[in-house]
Amino acid sequence: MTPPTDKPRLSREHMLGLLKQMIRIRRFEAKCAELYTQEKIRGFMHLYDGEEAVAVGVIPVLEKRDRIVATYREHGHALVRGVPMTTVLAEMYGKQDGCSRGRGGSMHLFDRATNFYGGNAIVGGGLPTAVGLALADRMRGDDSITACFFGEGAVAEGEFHESLNLAALWGLPVLFVCENNLYAMGTALAISESETNIQRKAACYQIASEAVDGMDVIAVEAAARRAVQAVRETRKPYFLECRTYRLRAHSMFDAQLYRDKAEVEVWRHKEPIVRYQGWLEANHLIHPEDLARMESEVAAEIAEAVAFGEAGTWEPVEQLTRFTYAEAAAQADR
Amino acid sequence: MPQEMIHPGTTELTYRDAVREAIRDAMRRDDRVFLMGEDVGRYGGCYAVSKGLLAEFGPERIRDTPLSESGFTGAGIGAAMAGMRPIVELMTVNFSLLALDQIFNSAVTVRHMSGNQFGVPLVIRMATGAGRQLAAQHSHSLEGWYAHIPGIKVLAPATVEDARGMLWMALQDPDPALIFENVMLYNMTGKLAADAGPVNIDKAAVRRPGRDISLITYGGSLWKTLEAATVLAGENIDAEVIDLRSLRPLDDATIMTSVARTRRAIIVDEGWRSGSLSAEIGMRMVEQVFWELDAPIGRVCSAEVPIPYARHLENAAIPQVPNIVAAAKAVFGRA
Ligand SMILES: Cc1ncc(C[n+]2csc(CCOP(=O)(O)OP(=O)(O)O)c2C)c(N)n1
Ligand SMILES: [Mg+2]
Repeated sequence: MTPPTDKPRLSREHMLGLLKQMIRIRRFEAKCAELYTQEKIRGFMHLYDGEEAVAVGVIPVLEKRDRIVATYREHGHALVRGVPMTTVLAEMYGKQDGCSRGRGGSMHLFDRATNFYGGNAIVGGGLPTAVGLALADRMRGDDSITACFFGEGAVAEGEFHESLNLAALWGLPVLFVCENNLYAMGTALAISESETNIQRKAACYQIASEAVDGMDVIAVEAAARRAVQAVRETRKPYFLECRTYRLRAHSMFDAQLYRDKAEVEVWRHKEPIVRYQGWLEANHLIHPEDLARMESEVAAEIAEAVAFGEAGTWEPVEQLTRFTYAEAAAQADR
Repeated sequence: MPQEMIHPGTTELTYRDAVREAIRDAMRRDDRVFLMGEDVGRYGGCYAVSKGLLAEFGPERIRDTPLSESGFTGAGIGAAMAGMRPIVELMTVNFSLLALDQIFNSAVTVRHMSGNQFGVPLVIRMATGAGRQLAAQHSHSLEGWYAHIPGIKVLAPATVEDARGMLWMALQDPDPALIFENVMLYNMTGKLAADAGPVNIDKAAVRRPGRDISLITYGGSLWKTLEAATVLAGENIDAEVIDLRSLRPLDDATIMTSVARTRRAIIVDEGWRSGSLSAEIGMRMVEQVFWELDAPIGRVCSAEVPIPYARHLENAAIPQVPNIVAAAKAVFGRA
């Protein structure tokens, strides 16, 4: 583990909070997987297992006024940002009480209250949006910044390059966070990029960058602090590459023919929760009762979310075509 | 019920297997043919269509691409112009939008713009359609859009026979051809003659003959429409079901012959209604067989909304058997 550098801000309470957030995501998604096999959740569902340190390290560093753009693998991001677990799960149930009214599902969590601009399921699709959010902030002179999460697979898309160039060219406050988990579905980084050092791509656009061990929550948080501070002060983009690994299948339909079980096992030893928890224990920063309390709080929150999802209502079919246009415009359109 | 005998000369296979057989056969017949797309190799294809092909043909010809739809589709165009016979796989029609510029502005226009010096014998395959609760970025049916474009062929195999047979003919075509595979069909099984091979790609097929009304459809909706025809038969309406097979060009002759005989028509299309393929077909009827019609032409299309995630809403958004039955009965003034 990276020893915490800026000690004053890293109180014991804060450090336990990081662990709790990671556990929260992990347990929530384990429940989601279970609900998926029960067919309560359908469609495509992508779990964040192994990558939790990224969202947990970055998102709490942002301010409430900042904005977030994420991908289809965004349950963790939504939870850490403060989208209630209840409405996240109700969304995955397809209930009207979901954060996107059941219209989006697992891949499309949106939440205006927390400036969560969605799970985008078009690879690379979120990057230009993030540029535009930051452009608006710049033009209005607001000091919000936009954090944009995407996988390393998105780096091959034109949108990635266009967005980095625009953000750098126009001086826009975007924090690009690449979650490099080495695979885009079954395509390993080495067979999809001629330059596999992703951080270097940012350099071509004159964007300050840093690569960090994305399995080390303390390191991610420290890097995120530097990054967020840089964006806020310079009002220019910053690129943070978090090197991580997806421990589970790409989605619920993936037989994982493209990688060895042994490789996954190697990474399992580096996984962020066990590793961080071990470090806290070794440094006597956590006691068994802390952990027990965390687990029981998380379990209670999940139970509440499941109850909420179960109790949620199905939107009446008569409302099918709502939200295709703004309601007032739809009236005018008739 | 006794199990249906499989004829010694037939095999039973899935639509997915039929597409794979078609690719394998084309690769064996013609070494200019290669497959490229995201996860076609090591992953085995996002819908497992190309599973096993990497082992058989190697990574040069079963070519995994980065997530660069515009780039590798364009590369397919160039390779085709230089004499290869690429099959580009775009995971779904939704992602084909990232390659739309290459398809429209290059593949389609080169023959004309070059005064017939260059052509693009490229085949692009992609999945289409809703029904798996994949929400609005993974569920649309945009094949009708593509059918708007002169210079392109748009194919929609609905049966295992067509899934097996259309690819080779598409590869023989000197111009770009798009093949749309409805996601709900991949697991469907069907019987195929052991010696099944290429099929024509320019004729619609009458999948169920009938006297009273023509139900015109294609792709995933074919099976719902056939089911609706069975229901209608129970209500003394003898429906003819036409599978368009090719959305561009349209086989007007088969459509008009049928409608001129039944004098009534419903078009079933998972695309949206406004500005759509169904509108085109309806208008052609108006132009060609208006005086033979006994009733207004009906349509069953998707609701004018992005496809929602929730199961009940998704089901309500796309054509279903009861809607088709109701629309057909309405043509007869029956509820
Ligand atoms: C434009 C586009 N092409 C293809 C896909 C299908 N697809 C969904 S996720 C994915 C892999 C993306 O990998 P990466 O960006 O590394 O993110 P990860 O899933 O590893 O988090 C692919 C190919 C898509 N959703 N959008
Ligand atoms: Mg990845």
